[in-house]
Amino acid sequence: MSAEFDITETLDVKGASCPMPVVKAKSAIDELGAGDVLEVVATDPGSMSDIDGWASGTEGIELVDQEEGDDVYKHYVRKTE
Amino acid sequence: MSTDTPDASADDAPSRAELAARVDELEDALAEATGDGDGKKMSIIATKGTLDMAYPPLILASTAAAFGYEVTVFHTFWGLDILHEERSKNLKLSSVGNPNMPVPNAVAALPGMDRVTTRMMEKKIADNDTATIEELLETSLDMGVEFQACQMTIDLMDYDEDDFYDGVTTGVGAATALQDMADADIQLLV
Repeated sequence: MSAEFDITETLDVKGASCPMPVVKAKSAIDELGAGDVLEVVATDPGSMSDIDGWASGTEGIELVDQEEGDDVYKHYVRKTE
Repeated sequence: MSTDTPDASADDAPSRAELAARVDELEDALAEATGDGDGKKMSIIATKGTLDMAYPPLILASTAAAFGYEVTVFHTFWGLDILHEERSKNLKLSSVGNPNMPVPNAVAALPGMDRVTTRMMEKKIADNDTATIEELLETSLDMGVEFQACQMTIDLMDYDEDDFYDGVTTGVGAATALQDMADADIQLLV
């Protein structure tokens, strides 16, 4: 699915492993406003499950999309409130 | 047949305004009791101070903070070393007692072997870009995780309150930990 959304900001966490992609994404999304979309670019394969779990288990954010590329995993998380 | 029962209830009956106020009060109490996700809490008791056992409480604490949990980590016995500014940078991995180690226990028990296995692990941590204990601790503190150092074990280990990272709470005991656990949605002993 390639939903239509604008990326407000990109967070590069390439090289970082658990729990840093989620922890850094949290700090980054705190800086954004409602409706903004954060792109998280990671190389940690665990981030596919972790960012998904974080987005669904946390109030005020939602997972918009995830893309699995060649050793790069992209996540799009929207701040809803 | 109690026809003579006086109708006293009319005087005691609460007024409409009083009832409305009571309903508001109960609704507030209900909202607080059921929570809306804002009040999620996690309580971890960290008792171990080896390099490998220092990771789980810090990884879970920082991740829970990212989920919006209010997190308390109560450190006791060797777990205190994780909060000790100097000792946290030199946590060791034990080479004995772990059958998954590549060396037999008889060899692992030789002097200096802990240093060897610790260096091996530190190299793996660096090569893998895994966060260090110090990084995880600083990050967790920034995210509002409350780290508590058990007063009884501070005294037992002859540590000083100034030995710990800034922001670490001292002067707390088992009752504080128990209260946190009772209030928490998730309680873990590591």
